[in-house]
Amino acid sequence: MGMKPDNSRGRAQDPTLLRRLLRAKDRMDAASHEEWPVERLANVSGVSEAHFARSFKEAFGAPPHRYLLTRRIERAEALLRDTDRPIIDIALETGWQSLGTFGRVFKDVTGESPTELRAREQAATHALEVVPHCYVSAANRPNLTMAVSEKRRREVSDSRDAEDETEVPK
Amino acid sequence: MTQGVGVAGIYVRDQDEALEFYVGKLGFRVHTDAKNGDYRWLTVQHPEQPSFQLGLYKPAPPTMDAATAETVNTIVAKGAMPPLVLIVDNCRDAHERMRKAGVEFTQEPVERYGAVDASFRDPSGNGWKMIEGRG
Repeated sequence: MGMKPDNSRGRAQDPTLLRRLLRAKDRMDAASHEEWPVERLANVSGVSEAHFARSFKEAFGAPPHRYLLTRRIERAEALLRDTDRPIIDIALETGWQSLGTFGRVFKDVTGESPTELRAREQAATHALEVVPHCYVSAANRPNLTMAVSEKRRREVSDSRDAEDETEVPK
Repeated sequence: MTQGVGVAGIYVRDQDEALEFYVGKLGFRVHTDAKNGDYRWLTVQHPEQPSFQLGLYKPAPPTMDAATAETVNTIVAKGAMPPLVLIVDNCRDAHERMRKAGVEFTQEPVERYGAVDASFRDPSGNGWKMIEGRG
């Protein structure tokens, strides 16, 4: 991006590398509540840690941890919509370590608080019962095209208590 | 049935590898395997679905130019091809059998809405949902 040299532009990524990167994406999909440090993802793909994040982003359009974040939010949205479980339980089950961080990131990404989203979704009627679960889930995936911190910066210019935090809270 | 879809196909990076996967691991049968120079028309069939053939096509010249073929291989390897659904009588049994055969599962069997489903990929990257039929 910008003036940064990007040597990946010259040649398309090798399909066998992409297939192995897909394996890392699949693993995050299957267990998005788990911690996925780059080392673990790089191992799954058989790629060096130094190259993994860049290769993944080039392949799938988002850095691995932002991708993971969208999967966590997507799953939390589904649980808010489809269950009446307490929000703290949903936060913990989808990979967050605190209700506060979950609520803040959730609102940054979706524009609504978990409570607001639940109220709106549960009031609406859904006609997606006949579509296989995973495709419904994918259709509701947040389209997060920038880092959460950047999104927050743009939307909340006067945030006095904004903390510096990674996209995937520990 | 005399009318309907007869063949639908998927792109695979290597037809020998795909044959080993769909026949050797999934239990499909070869319907047609016809070679003509570099071109190979390969279709397989589910043993319980004789009216339908699944084509296993390699994107390559002369069907398409080399650059397009590389692009298609890339799309398949990223898992971006359309979803496929396999219906089975018992998802957990099928999962166990296929896992032992070396199939790469991307989701273990899960029960939801009264049916069990799982997900797997073929070696090229094509994604399958495996769903237990509802009676």
